[in-house]
Formats: sequence, structure tokens, C-alpha cells
Amino acid sequence: MTDASLPAAAPKSLLVADGRTRRRKAAETRFRLYGVAAIAIGLLALVFLLTSVLGNGVNAFRQTFVEIPVTLDEAVLDKTGTRDPKAMAKVTTVSYGKLIQQALEAELATRGIDTSALTEKQVMSLMSKEAPADLRRQVLADPLLIGQTITFDAFATSRVDGYFKGRVTMESASRDSNITPEQLVVAEAMAGAGLIETRWNWRFLTAPDASELRPEAAGLGVAILGSAYMMLIVLVLSLPIGVATSIYLEEMAPKNRWTDLIEVNIANLAAVPSIVYGILALALFINFMGLPQSAPIVGGLVLTLMTLPTIIIATRAALQAVPPSIRDAALGVGASKMQSIFHHVLPLAMPGILTGTILGLARALGESAPLLLIGMVAFVKDFPSAPPEGLMQPATALPVQVYQWTQRSDPAFVERASGAIIVLLTFLLTMNAVAIILRRRFERRW
Amino acid sequence: MNVMQIAERATATATAKMTARGVQVHYGENHALKDVDVDILAGTVTAFIGPSGCGKSTFLRCLNRMNDTVASARVTGEIRLDGEDIYDRRVDPVTLRARVGMVFQKPNPFPKSIYENVAYGPRIHGLTRNRAELDQVVETSLRKAALWNEVKDRLQAPGTGLSGGQQQRLCIARAIATAPEVLLMDEPCSALDPIATAQVEELIDELHTQFSVVIVTHSMQQAARVSQRTAFFHLGHLVEYGETGQIFTNPRDPRTESYITGRIG
Amino acid sequence: MGIGLLILIVLGLAGCGFLLGRQRALSLVEGDARRLHSLPSYYGWSVLLFTAVPALLLTAAWLFLQPTVVAHRVAASIPEATVTARGGLDLVMTDIRRISEGLDLIARREGLDTKAVAALGTDTALKERLGAVGVAAGAGSDPAVFDAALAWRETSAGLHRAMTIAVLLLAAAGFLFAFLRISPALRARNLVEQFVLVLLISCSLIAVATTFGIIASLVAESWSFFRIYPASEFFLSTVWNPKFGGGSQLGLWPLVWGTIYVSLIALAVAVPIGLLAAIYLSEYATPRLRATVKPLLEILAGIPSIVYGLFALITVGPILRDWFAMPMGLGASSSSVMTAGVVMGIMLIPYVSSLSDDIINAVPQAMRDGSFGLGATQSETVKRVVLPAALPGIVGAVLLAASRAIGETMIVVMGAGAAAKLSLNPFEAMTTVTVKIVSQLTGDTEFASPETLVAFALGLTLFCFTLALNVAALVIVRKYREQYE
Repeated sequence: MTDASLPAAAPKSLLVADGRTRRRKAAETRFRLYGVAAIAIGLLALVFLLTSVLGNGVNAFRQTFVEIPVTLDEAVLDKTGTRDPKAMAKVTTVSYGKLIQQALEAELATRGIDTSALTEKQVMSLMSKEAPADLRRQVLADPLLIGQTITFDAFATSRVDGYFKGRVTMESASRDSNITPEQLVVAEAMAGAGLIETRWNWRFLTAPDASELRPEAAGLGVAILGSAYMMLIVLVLSLPIGVATSIYLEEMAPKNRWTDLIEVNIANLAAVPSIVYGILALALFINFMGLPQSAPIVGGLVLTLMTLPTIIIATRAALQAVPPSIRDAALGVGASKMQSIFHHVLPLAMPGILTGTILGLARALGESAPLLLIGMVAFVKDFPSAPPEGLMQPATALPVQVYQWTQRSDPAFVERASGAIIVLLTFLLTMNAVAIILRRRFERRW
Repeated sequence: MNVMQIAERATATATAKMTARGVQVHYGENHALKDVDVDILAGTVTAFIGPSGCGKSTFLRCLNRMNDTVASARVTGEIRLDGEDIYDRRVDPVTLRARVGMVFQKPNPFPKSIYENVAYGPRIHGLTRNRAELDQVVETSLRKAALWNEVKDRLQAPGTGLSGGQQQRLCIARAIATAPEVLLMDEPCSALDPIATAQVEELIDELHTQFSVVIVTHSMQQAARVSQRTAFFHLGHLVEYGETGQIFTNPRDPRTESYITGRIG
Repeated sequence: MGIGLLILIVLGLAGCGFLLGRQRALSLVEGDARRLHSLPSYYGWSVLLFTAVPALLLTAAWLFLQPTVVAHRVAASIPEATVTARGGLDLVMTDIRRISEGLDLIARREGLDTKAVAALGTDTALKERLGAVGVAAGAGSDPAVFDAALAWRETSAGLHRAMTIAVLLLAAAGFLFAFLRISPALRARNLVEQFVLVLLISCSLIAVATTFGIIASLVAESWSFFRIYPASEFFLSTVWNPKFGGGSQLGLWPLVWGTIYVSLIALAVAVPIGLLAAIYLSEYATPRLRATVKPLLEILAGIPSIVYGLFALITVGPILRDWFAMPMGLGASSSSVMTAGVVMGIMLIPYVSSLSDDIINAVPQAMRDGSFGLGATQSETVKRVVLPAALPGIVGAVLLAASRAIGETMIVVMGAGAAAKLSLNPFEAMTTVTVKIVSQLTGDTEFASPETLVAFALGLTLFCFTLALNVAALVIVRKYREQYE
């Protein structure tokens, strides 16, 4: 080898980096770090977002209950003694309230809990204002309970609940007009005696919303049902319409100005802000057609219009992914165009279409802005009945319920709003997981 | 071989600029190049020929470590530039590529002006101190690439607006501007028409006085026209390597002969 | 007859139509299907489609229009005095609707006939009976309202009967028409396919109809707004001060400023982070890292905006206030332009990153090879070759993100505040176009007042803004894609 004698080797050695090369390498490292930092910030934001919401929300699923034996006195609850529901319905919650109060005081006395620092009203207000109504409902549902002594589970008031969850402290209670430290001392004693306990609360998922003053009783039942109704409408309407539109545009339509217009149109509809759809729904469905406000049918229709572009775009992609050779094969044995599509192309594209539909539904489920405009922010305490009538009755929806709760002044509602978000995210996660599984299971590479 | 013109070769004693010993390349499971030994001589045009997939482009890309950009590629063996192992851990491929430039199969001008295309290399390597020097480098490079007369009035026009042949000469000018010692050309004429091909070949012939040129080509005629030395690759093996005249007129290996006479490939 | 039953009958008829049509086609050729023009099932399909589709369409149309017609008729019969006494036609109509629903429930529960229901009007316990079925109607004791509710029930029932008859007739007519047309020479397949094609086309027109509906409703209501409120004031005034008693100042500029300010902050967060993340993922990351990080970032795009709104409200707002705004003396409000902007920026990161990622990947590898072949480092290649080449596409992506930011509602409703201000302090609460659309349309207000109608003018402004951005972005991205195809 003669190259050892080449003079160029010393100053231009590959093995020794000169200053400029070192600077360039440093710039390279910096640039890489920027990228890593950007990704880290993005991921941290995700983690921060989820932990903040989840951390605030998990407590909403647990609730503090006051558990006392209540004797259901026939003389108070059913004076006639006939167990006639109509007559019993005349007994108002006030009478039930008195009954509970007596039971509570008696129980505290037997357990030897000192309530001398509290007024009668303060003792009673350890319990939710919902308690008498709860008991009344329980009794009306089962009149045979009258005369017996039952163990009555009542919600503790939200401040007591907050105290056991750490949200309320003695110090904050002293500045609070709704609770006093003395009440908390009694509550603490009751917990020691096993009268108060914090546990899992199904009624957060099943009960309807409750008024501003009783956050402990508020639940998501109506919201979940309303969202389910709307998703039903969206699915039933947007899937067939979306698939039909895609088939027409992708397979049948001539390429001309008119179809070009439709395509540009769909692309733009996908990017129209959701609030504009709300305005459309308000003007068209409610003011013009006279459909009822707050009804799932209106929400379902507006979400359908919003979801259509998503489904159309996904379906067209799925149709495009079916290779032309399949169509040619069908046409080649004498099938008509329509037959080749419905017999061969559509079944092959179905997994893709379903995946797109589920993702579209997930998007619709989380949408809230348009629903605000069609009156779904209303306070709804009654469950809508079964479809089809129920579709016309007032309901609310999960994301809107979250918004509504955040607008209330009692901080206990923030916990419930976060809890509702957890429910919403669980639904979304499930839907996305189903979509991913569908895609993995049926994905076909041509 | 009757139609082939074989140029007269200057076979003066040239020193080896690059030496490759026992080079093996794997792409994942695929063993693409098997045990190749080649010396690239200074001031010569070396042609790599062989059928598609024989490993000639792969080997070319080893010479300036372009295979580093392919995640699955694994190179073993030893390649030295002026006696220094280019796969040494201390070697920055960036410095290596400044000295071993490359021109690609398809013309790939950057979406910038003609001037900026040529000035790109000098700028990133900091080869010039001021604008005047840069102008000078750009002009010289374009002149060497025989493009100056065609583009001198529109240096600020986008490089993508040139014709295919002009684009390829622009890419050659871009490579020359960094003042490399070895210039690798990966089928530089395969996307060009015959006239543009002739221009590029003429250019290669002029360039080899200043650089070592290594050219991968599919066309045996082209190899015969422009190169002094030829290496024939087949199925990842280097079959034969020697003087171009000898390879084309008197191949030692039967496979080389079959390829040259058109029986395999 | 209930709607569900009606639909079932129509579908049943259509099903029979399929079988009978098929049967008839076969019997016409004595079972030799080869003598038919089309497969026997197509004859069945033709009957099915002609039976079901027109009848179902009529049902849908009727159901949509019936409430309007009923309300119209009933409204005409209510005495003027009742309307004024009960605070407007809308409220009276709501009462009427609820009472008639309550009467329906009572009638169903107790098995009353029409006469017995009418007699309820004199029942002193009507209120309680309505209450028992869950209808709280204080107006039930007003005879005019009760009469109107009865009229409502009657008209609805009448129309419902008419619909049932019309739908059944239409289904039968379609059935007969298609059934009698069947002959061996009938091109049943072509007929069915034509029919289906028409269905497909009408579905694809829904998208156009939606756009038309959006524009029509926005323009029509904005028009009525500008008739009662001067357009020059709206477009030029810098004061937004709605008063529900009248004499409002409804200037657009404070809202537009708030919108732009929030969007700019959002983009200032999202564009650098999104772009750098996209560059790292497409140029540097190993396939495994990319396959993990990309979906994770995209989760951010799948989270509904209400979640971001809550995040802004309970987490980011207080943090920004306690750690930045208060120490720097810039304000004590937890809802601020900064809060909404930062949270919105987080939401937009995946939009910017996935779009840019696609666009960077569309830059041909040959371009990168050219640069590497000259001895450029990877970052030099990215900065000097890839990014300039991808620039138009990235601009398109940023425009799309900007259009999202402008149209975003929940984050600003919950995070930005409600005060319409022209201020530069990012820690002050300001408001945006979308916030005001929500607040002007969700209050209990009279619909014809300028304070409500202004929301439509705002909506129109918003629509035009985002449309312009979207179209520009689409055109740029499309041009860019063509360049490398």
C-alpha cells in the first residue's frame, strides 16, 4: 500500500474533527434535543391533563353515607292504614324529614354522641336535603315497609362528604356558611360510631341531576341516557347516508364540476366549527320546524350532520383501498356495476367503514358546543321515556352535563364534573379500543 | 462486442485512493454484498457493472457511508480512504461525505435557485469566506459541469425548472462545488435522453483528471466509453476487476463473458 | 296506530312484496328463470323498493312537519288575552304542549276515551292528576289553555290518522304499481339499479343541503339583525355592551381581538412543539419510538374539547394566576387569554404534528440523499432542504390549525372569560366570538331582539373566517401534494 505516504493525511484526517465539524455536530445535537423536548412537552401535557382530571374525578364515584335505623311510623305515613298509594302520596317530604330527624337524634343519643354544640337544624343538615325525598320514594315504591324499622342510607351533605374526602378542612369550615367545625366534630364522632361511611356510589351513574343545593345527590343517569339516544340517532342516520354518499362519489359519480362541488363541500363541512352546526340546528330544527328544545332528536340530528363528513371520508378511504382488480374481476364475469359494488367492494370495505363510523361516533359523543345552543343545558331531572317518544322529551348529554356542573357555584360540583369526564373518557376509550381491534382483526393488505 | 468502441486508456501508475477489503453488507436478513475487495485508483474513472440487484449500487453507497441512512443496513469489512478506515468510530460520516461526493440516479435538485443549489455544499462546509469567493466557486463548478453558459443569466431561477439533462449536470456541479476527492455516480444517465447522456459522459471524462470517479452503470457501452477500470458484480460477488479494455475484450471469468455477450443480465 | 307499528306494517308489506314479486316473475315464465330479463330476486326488489321507500319518506317528512302545522292551527285559536296574560305565545304553546302530553298520559294510564278527557277540564283536581303523571302545569286551570290543549290533541290525532292512511295508501299504491308492472321482459335489474342510484345521489345531496342550510340560516337571521341594528355599528364599533333592556352596543372588534389573541397564543404553543415533534418523529425517531409516540400524541386530538375546558378551568387557570399573573402584577383572574390560549395550544399540537408529519414524509427521499451525499448533517438537511421543500404544506397545516383555534368553543367558554375588552395583557379575561354566540343564544331571551340575533351575525363572521382559512389551506396543501406526485 502506497497511500501511507500521501501528504494529505495529516491535516485532513477523517479521524480528527476540526472546529467547524465540532460546531456542526453540536448544532446537530441541539436540534435533536429540541425535537425530544417538543415530544416530551406534548406527552407531559397529556399526562398532566389526564392526571389532573382523573385525580379530581375519582372521588366522585365514592360518596359519604349516613346510615341510621328509621322507624316508618304508620301514624305519620299512612293515616288511613289502607296502604292506598294515592293517599300515601299526599304525605309530603316534610313529614318524612321530621321522621328522619327524630330517628337521627335518637340514634345519636343512644350512641352517646354529644350534639349539645349544635342546633337541631344543624344536626339535620349533616344529611343531604335529598334524604326525605329519597325515603319517600323508597316507601311509595314498597308500602309494606310501613311499620317496620329499616336501615336508611342517606347521602351526607356535600360538605361532610368533602371533609371525609379531604376537600373540606376544619379551617375552611370556619369560613363556610354551609357548615361549622362543630358539625364536623359530630360527623367525625358519627364516623367513629360507624354511622357515617364513605363507599362506592352507583347512584352517581344512575341518578338524575340534582339541584344546586344538593351536589351529593347529582348523578349522570339522564345524561348517559340522553347521550345514548343521540348516538343511536347518529348511528342509524349517518351510517347509511354516509355509505351511500361515499359509494356514489367514489364509484358511480362522473368526474365533473358538480361532483367536484360536492367533494369540496364535504371537505369544508368537516372543518366548519361545531358551534356553527349549533346555530344551524337552532334556526332550522327548533325555530323553523318546531322540534322541541333539549330533545335528543335535535341533538342527534345536528350530530349526524357533523359526523357525516367524518364517515364519508373514512368510507371513501376504505373503498379506495379495495383494489380495482376486484371490480374488474366482477365486471369481467358480467356483473353490473351496482352488483360488483354491493357484492364485492362493499363487503371488503366494511371493516374500514365500521372503524371510521365508530371513530365518528366517538367524536360526536364528546361534542358539546352545538348542544349548548339547542337548549341541552337545561336542568333535567326526569328520565326521558323509551324511544320513539323519549327522543322528543328533554334530556341532557354527558359533555353538556360536565359544562353545566362547572357553572354551578358549589365546589363539590367540580369533583362531579371531573367524575363525569372520567365516565365520558371511559366510553371514548372503549369505542376507540373497539375500532382499533376491528382494524387489527380485519385489516387486509392488498 | 463488435460494436463496442474501446477507448485508448491511460494506464499510468496510479495510487489507490480508496481500498476495500472483505466488505459484506446485510439488509436485515438479506446478504446483499459478499466479501468484496476493490482498490479505487486516484485520477481514474472506475465503472461498476452487473445485472440489477447484483450489489454494485450497494457497494457504491458503502464508499461514502450513505448506507448509514438505511436503518436495516449492516456493513462489515474494511474500507479505507487515504489509509484511514472510514467506518472507524471516530469518523463523522458528514466529513467523509464532504470528501467523497455523490451524484444520484435521478436528478434531485433542491427546490431552490440554481445558485443556491450549487452554493449549498460550500455553505454548509464553510469553504468560502465571503460572497465573492462563493460566487467564484459557483461559477467554476457550473463551468466544470458544462452548465455555466446555459444558466449564467438565470442563476436565481429554480433548479427544478431545468431540463432533465441540465438538472443532472446541476447535481454534478453541486457535488463538485464541495471539492470532493472521490466522486461517486449512481447510474447518473439512466434518467436522461441520449444527447444529455453524451454531455454527461463527456463531462465525466474531463472530471477524472481532478477526482477519482466511480460510476455505476447499466450500460456496458457507457462503461466502455468512459472508464479506465471496470468491476463486474454478480449476485453480490465481485466477479472480476481490472482494466476496462481487458474486461471487455478478454474476460477471465466465464460469468463476465456471459454478461458482456448478453447471455445473463 | 303508533309510528313503530306503522313502520313495521310498511316493512312487512314490502317484505311480502319482495316474495310476491319474485313469485309472480317466476310464475309468468312457468318457473324457467332463464326466460326472465333479470334474476327473479330483482323483480322482488323492485316491488320492495317501490313499496317501502316512498312510504317511509312520507312518514319522515310528515313527522317533521306535523308539529309546525299543529302549532300553527292551535296558535290561531288561542284568544289574544290569554297570550298577553301568560307572557307571550312561546310560553303558552309550551304549556299547551305539556298539558296535552299530560292528558295523553292520563288517558293511557286510566283508559279514558275522548269524552272523558274533555270532561277533565271541569275536574278541580286536574292539577294534581297532571302532577301524578309527572307534568307540572300551573296553567291547566285556565280554560282557554285547557281548550287549546284539547285542540292540540285533537289536531295531532287527526293528522296522525291522516298520516297513517296516507302512508298505507302510498305503500299499497307503490306495491300495486311495481307488482303489476312485472313481466318477463321488464328490465327489473336496471330498474332496481336506477332506483338505488337515485337513492345514492339523494344521500350525497345531503352534504350540499347542509352547507346550504348553514349559509341560509346564517344569512337570513343576520339579515334580520342588520335590519334592526346598523351594520356599520356592528362592523366598526369597538364597544361590546349588550343590555337586555335595549340600547345595546354590539361592536364586533373586541370579540375579534379576543379571538385572534387567543388563537395566536395557541399557535405560538402548538406550532413550534408540533412541528419539532413531527420533525423528530419523521427524521430521527426509530420506527418503534415513532409507533409509540405518534398514537400517544394523537390521543390529545381525540380528547373532547370539554375536557380541555375543564382542564383550563380547574388546573391551568389557577396555576397561571398564582405563579405568573399575581407575582408579576398582571391580574388576578384565573380565566384569561393565556389560560385559554395555552390549553388550546396543547389541543392543537397533534393537528400540527400529524399534518406536518404527513407533509414532511411527502418530501422525496432523493432530496435528503442529495443533501447527505454532499456531506450535510441531518439537521442541516432538515433546516435547509426538507423544511423549505415542505414549507407550503406546513403553512397549510398551520392555517388549518388556526381555523380550529378560531372556531373552538368550549375551551374559551370555560377558560377565557366573558369580558369584551381590547387589551394587550394576556393575563386578563377577554372574550371571543364563539363565547358570545353561546352566551347570546343560551339566555332566556326574546328571539327577535338584536341581542339574540347578533349571534347569527357573529356566526356568519366566524363561518366566513374559517371558510377562508380552510379553503386557502386546502388549495395550498393540494398544490403541494401535486408537486411531489
